Amino acid sequence: MSNYTLFFIIVCYLAFLFYIAFLAEKNAKSKWTNNPYIYTLSLAVYCSAWTYYGSIGIAANSGINFLPIYLGPIIALPVWIIIMRRVIRISNQHKISSIADFISLRYGNNRFLGALITFVCVVGTVPYISLQLKAISETFEIMSHDNSYIASGIYDDSTLYIAVLLAIFATFFGTQKTDASEKHRGIVASVALESILKLVFFLIIGVYITFYLFDGTQDIYSQVSKLPDFDRLTKLNSIEDGFTWLFMISLSFMAIFLLPRQFQVSVVENNREKHLKKAIWLFPLYLLLFNIFVIFIAWGGTLTFGNTVNAEYFTLLLPLENGNVFLALLVFLGGFSAVISMVVVSTLALSTMVSNNLVIPYGFLDKFSKGDPERNNKYIKNIRRISIFSIIILAYLFYVNFSIQLSLYSIGLISFVIIAQMAPAFFLGLFWNRGSSKAAIIGIISGFLITVYTLILPFTLEAYTGTKDFEMYGLFGIELLKPHALFGIDFLSPPAHAFFWSLLCNLFCYLTFSLISKGNYRERNYAEMFVDQKNYAALQDNVLVWRGEAYVSDIKSVLNKFLGVPRTERALNLFFMKYKLPKDTQMADARLINFSEKLLTGCIGSASAKILIAGAVKEEEISLVEVLKILEESKEAFSKNKMLHEKSNELTNLTNQLKTANSALIEKDRQKDEFLDTVAHELKTPLTGIRAATELLIDDEDDMPPEIKAQFLKNMLQDSERLSRLINDILYFEKLATNRKELDFQTNSIQLTINKAINSISQIALKRSVKIINNSIEEKLLKYDEDRILQVLTNLLSNALKFCAPDKGEITVTTSTVNGFVEVSVHDNGKSIPKEDFKYIFDKFYQSQNQNTIKPEGSGLGLAISKQIIEKHGGEIWAKNNKKHGVTFVFKLPIN
Amino acid sequence: MRKKILIVDDEPNIVMTLEYTFKKQNFEVFIGRDGSEAIHILENNIPDVVLLDIMMPNVDGYQTLEIIKKSERLKHTKVVFLTAKNKASDIEKGLKLGADRYITKPFSVKKIVSEIQELLS
Repeated sequence: MSNYTLFFIIVCYLAFLFYIAFLAEKNAKSKWTNNPYIYTLSLAVYCSAWTYYGSIGIAANSGINFLPIYLGPIIALPVWIIIMRRVIRISNQHKISSIADFISLRYGNNRFLGALITFVCVVGTVPYISLQLKAISETFEIMSHDNSYIASGIYDDSTLYIAVLLAIFATFFGTQKTDASEKHRGIVASVALESILKLVFFLIIGVYITFYLFDGTQDIYSQVSKLPDFDRLTKLNSIEDGFTWLFMISLSFMAIFLLPRQFQVSVVENNREKHLKKAIWLFPLYLLLFNIFVIFIAWGGTLTFGNTVNAEYFTLLLPLENGNVFLALLVFLGGFSAVISMVVVSTLALSTMVSNNLVIPYGFLDKFSKGDPERNNKYIKNIRRISIFSIIILAYLFYVNFSIQLSLYSIGLISFVIIAQMAPAFFLGLFWNRGSSKAAIIGIISGFLITVYTLILPFTLEAYTGTKDFEMYGLFGIELLKPHALFGIDFLSPPAHAFFWSLLCNLFCYLTFSLISKGNYRERNYAEMFVDQKNYAALQDNVLVWRGEAYVSDIKSVLNKFLGVPRTERALNLFFMKYKLPKDTQMADARLINFSEKLLTGCIGSASAKILIAGAVKEEEISLVEVLKILEESKEAFSKNKMLHEKSNELTNLTNQLKTANSALIEKDRQKDEFLDTVAHELKTPLTGIRAATELLIDDEDDMPPEIKAQFLKNMLQDSERLSRLINDILYFEKLATNRKELDFQTNSIQLTINKAINSISQIALKRSVKIINNSIEEKLLKYDEDRILQVLTNLLSNALKFCAPDKGEITVTTSTVNGFVEVSVHDNGKSIPKEDFKYIFDKFYQSQNQNTIKPEGSGLGLAISKQIIEKHGGEIWAKNNKKHGVTFVFKLPIN
Repeated sequence: MRKKILIVDDEPNIVMTLEYTFKKQNFEVFIGRDGSEAIHILENNIPDVVLLDIMMPNVDGYQTLEIIKKSERLKHTKVVFLTAKNKASDIEKGLKLGADRYITKPFSVKKIVSEIQELLS
C-alpha cells in the first residue's frame, strides 16, 4: 500500500470521527450520548496503543508480565466505584475540571500544588503521547513497506501531520466552551466509538491468527511448548518476579484513578453518578476481552517469525505475511483508534491543567482582572488551544529524540510511575483530614526526583552519552546509588524498582510533614469537606468558613469579567433566590464568596478563582480552631434542621392519619344519627296511631258508632304488635352488628331446616293460595346455627309471600352445591326489583315499593338482619331478577 | 260552605283517626295514600287545607308541597306538615319551603283541630 493511499484512508477515517463527534455535540442532550454504555466505553481510553501493540511485545519477550497492567484496574474497580462516587460529587459541586484542580482544592486552593501536579502530569503524559506517535509512525511504516523509519526531515514525516490533525481535532471539540468543567460530548462519543472499533478489530485479528493461521489454541500451545524458553514465558520465575508483579498491579491500580485522561473521562465527563454502576462489570469485561488473544498472538508470532521482527507488531505482520492486506488495514485502524482517543483525551485534560493551574494563575490574572469578558474568554480558549498544540509538539519532539530506542511498554511504565506520585496526596487526602499541602508538595517532589534518578536519567544519559556507565556503576561510581538497584535492591524490574522507592519516599514525606505542619485554615476547611463529604455536601455553600468584609458589587465586577454581565446577573439572582436574600444585598457573606469561587473555577481553575475573589474582598484571618468550631456548628445546625424537618414530616403524616380517622368517625356518627332518626320515625308511626285513636276513644266515647270504636281498638292492637316487633328487631339487629350475639354452630341438615321454615308459613300461604314448591331433596349436612338460618329462611319466604303474584302465586326453594358452598335460593313469581334498588335492598329500613299490601308489614330490618346472619356464617346473600317475572334471593353457606 | 281538607299519609291507621275527626268537624275529607295520589286529587279539587306527611313512598311530602306552591290554582290552599321528623332543622326546612304549619307526630287530635281552625279563620 502506498504512503498516499494510507494517508488518504487515515484522513477519511478522521473525517468520519469528526462527523460522529459533531453529531454527538449537536445532540448533546440525547440518550445516545448520555448513557452508561457510552460512559463505560469512554473509560476504555485506558487501552491505548500500549495495550493494542505493546502487550503482545511483552507477552512474546517476557511472558505473562503484560497482565498486571489490566489486573490492577480489574481489582481496583469495586474500590474505584466507591472513591469515584465521592470524587464525582465533589467535582460537580465545585466545578472541577482536572485532577490538578481537584488536588489543589483539597489542599485549600493551593496554587503551587496545582502547578506542581500539572507539571508532573505533563512530564508523565508527554512520553506517553509520544509512545502513541511512535506506534503510529512504526505501524504506518509497516503498512506502507517503507523501510526507513525516520523520515529525512521533520516536514516529510507523516507522523507529524497525523499529530497535527489530532491536535486540530482536540482543539475543535475540546475548547468550544470557556468553562472546562462543561461536558465534551463530541469527544466522549468518538472515544466510545473508537473503543468499540479497537476491541472488535483486535478480536478479529485474534480469531484470525488463532483459528485461521493456526489450528486453535491447543495447536499453538503444543507447538510453543516445544520451544526452549517456554518455561520462562509462562511462569512467575521467582519470588522477585512476584514482587515485580505486586508492584505492577499496584501501579496500574493507581493509574486507573490518577491518569489525567482517566480523570477526564470518569469524573469531568460524567454526567450521571449512576452510570458508575454499569461500569463495575462492563469495564472489567472489556479489559478481559482485550487480553484473551494476547498470549496466542504473541506465541503465534514467535512461532512464525522467531526473534527476527519487533514482536509488538505481530498483529500487523502476521496478516501481511499471509497476504491479507485488508485485515492488516483493519488492525492498523484499530491501533489508530486507540491512539486517537488517548491523544485527544490526554491533551484535552493536560491543556485544561496547563491553562487553569499553570498559565492563568501565574501569568494572566492581572491581565484578566482588567480585560472585558469577551477578550478574557478568547484568551482562555487560546491558552488552551496553544497548550494542546504545544503538548503534541512536545510529545513529537520526545518521540524523535528518545522513543525510537525505547519499547512501547517501557515508555508506558515510565508514565505510570510518574503519575503514581500523586497517589498519596490524592488517596490519603480523601480520607485523612490532617494531610496538608506542604506535605503533599514535598512528597510529590521527592517521589518525582527519585523517579527521575532511577528511571528517566539512565536512559536519557544513555541516549546522550551512548554508554551505560551510569546505570552500571551508579552516581560517582557508588554501588548503593546504582539507579536500578538503589540500596542494593536489585531484584526488581527497573519500573517496579522506581515505583517502590519513589512511592515509599513520597508516602513517608507526606505522612511526616502532615503530622508536623498544620496548614492554614482554608486548607483545613477543604480537608474537612473532602473527607467528610457526606456531611458537608448538604451544607452546600455554607461549607466555606470565611470572615471579612466584601461588597457584592466588587465580586460582581470580577464575575462580569469572565462570565459576562448577563450570566453573572442570572447566577447571582439564582443565588439570592436560593438563600432568600434581597436582590439589592450590599455585603457579601461566606456563601456568596464560595458560590462565586465555584462559578469561576470552571473557567480559570480553583486557585485562580480564589486569588481573584480574594483580591476583591477584605478577608480576616480566622484561627484553625475557630474554623473547626464553625464547621461543627453548621453541621450540627444542619442535622438539627434535618431532624426538625423529619419530625415535621412525621407530624404531617400523623395529622393526615388523624384527619382520615376523624372523617371516618364523622361518617360513622352520621350513619348512627341517620339510624337513630329512622328508628325514631319507625317507632313513632305506630305510636301516633295508638295515641290518636286513644284520644278519640276517650273524648268521643259517647258519640262514636260502635263499629268505628271496634275498628280503632283493632288498629291499636295492630300498632302495638308492630311496635313490639320493631323493638325486638332493632335490638336483635344491634346485637348482631356489634357482635354481641354468639352463634351456636351445630351440624344440621339444610333440608330439614328448609322444611321447618316452609311449615311455619304454610298456613299463611294456604290462606293466600300461594303454592310452595320444595326442590331441595338431597340431604346435605352443614355446620350452622339452625335458629338463625331458620330466621333467614322465614324472612325470605315471607318476603316472597308478600311479593307473589296475587292469585296464582308460586314460591320455589332449591339447593345446590357450588365450589364448596351450599346455595339455597328462594324464587317467587311476583314483580321484579327495580335495577336502582338492588344496592339498597339489604340496607336497614329499606322498604320496597312493590309490595302487595298497602303498607309494609315488616320492620324494614328483615333483609339487613339476614345479611348479618349469613355473613357471620362466612357466606353471602344476594338477589337477582328472574328472566320472566319475580325475584330470586340466594344465600350460600360454606360446607366446611 | 263546608271546608275541604286533604289528608295525605301512607299509614292507614293514622288516616282513619284524622278522617273521623275532620268529618266530625264538618269538613269534606279527601284521602291520599301518598304524594302521587294527593296530586291526582288536587287536579280536580281545591281543598282549603292539606294535611301532609313527609316520609311517603313514590312522591314524598316535600315534592308534593313544591307542586302545590307552584300551582296558581292552589294559591289559597294552606299546607300543614304532619310528620314524625321533629328535628329543628327539619322544621326550619319545612317552613322555609312554604308550609303554613308544622305539626309533629305523635300528635294531639284536639291540637290539630284547633290549629287548622285557627289557620282557616
